[in-house]
Amino acid sequence: MTESETKSLQAKEKKEVATPAELTRPGLVFNPAVDIFETDRELTLLADLPGVKTKDLKIDLNDNVLTITAEETSLEQPGEKDVFREFQTGTYYRQFSLSDTIDQSKIEAVLKDGVLRLTLPKVEAATPRKIAVKVG
Amino acid sequence: MIIRRFSDWPTWDWRSPLDELERMRRELDRLTGDFTGRVFRLPSAGVFPLVNVTEDQNNFYVRAELPGVKTDALDISVTGETLTLSGERTLPEESEKASYHRREREAGSFSRVISLPARLDVDKVKAHAEDGVLTIVLPKAESAKPRQIAVKSS
Repeated sequence: MTESETKSLQAKEKKEVATPAELTRPGLVFNPAVDIFETDRELTLLADLPGVKTKDLKIDLNDNVLTITAEETSLEQPGEKDVFREFQTGTYYRQFSLSDTIDQSKIEAVLKDGVLRLTLPKVEAATPRKIAVKVG
Repeated sequence: MIIRRFSDWPTWDWRSPLDELERMRRELDRLTGDFTGRVFRLPSAGVFPLVNVTEDQNNFYVRAELPGVKTDALDISVTGETLTLSGERTLPEESEKASYHRREREAGSFSRVISLPARLDVDKVKAHAEDGVLTIVLPKAESAKPRQIAVKSS
């Protein structure tokens, strides 16, 4: 990524979203930024989930709908008073519908430094095969 | 570089009418926030990274959400009352064969100056990252700490 080396990052406020089903806990809900890419063998999803601990991350795949719910824990201690506040903490929530080519038994998820890496391998039958074209 | 000033901090500077409008807007925000149950927020400086600053009696705490940023890619410097936070966010190179469906995460460099409302003890500044959230603990200088004054009765 040579072009991004010179780019300076722009501040982006977390966007509040409405969830299709109401969450039981009150609080703000945000859409995390994601990257999704595909290779022959798998689909990979990367999501920015800063402040989320592994125990507060829920990944659910049901009827080909992938749901990511992650609760962010604020690191602020009770004795601290606000000086100024530019970002809020809350719950990250996002849903994707997947094609049925994902091998649901081999899904892997790793959460490191606030970035989730979700690997969704494709089922064998769905990996593309090279088709040789014969000259007739 | 943009220096963020505390417009609600008591200063003897001349203040523009716009400052006054900004103050009123904030007060209104806080009032409506009371009804909706939300924490009132100050307008963002619009500089990456967005930070939350809190304080207790002895320290200021500056927190920024920097998912995937390695601590060695960060440069933190402190002088007097200002904190400079700069660094770079790089996204690891993925396989060349990968074809993207979505690309929302961004990489790039950043630099931000935050001006704090009191002098800092520059030697004792500490920083640590946890789950993609950077916390910088900035102890207040001795002279800036509140002091208890005992009143003697004669």
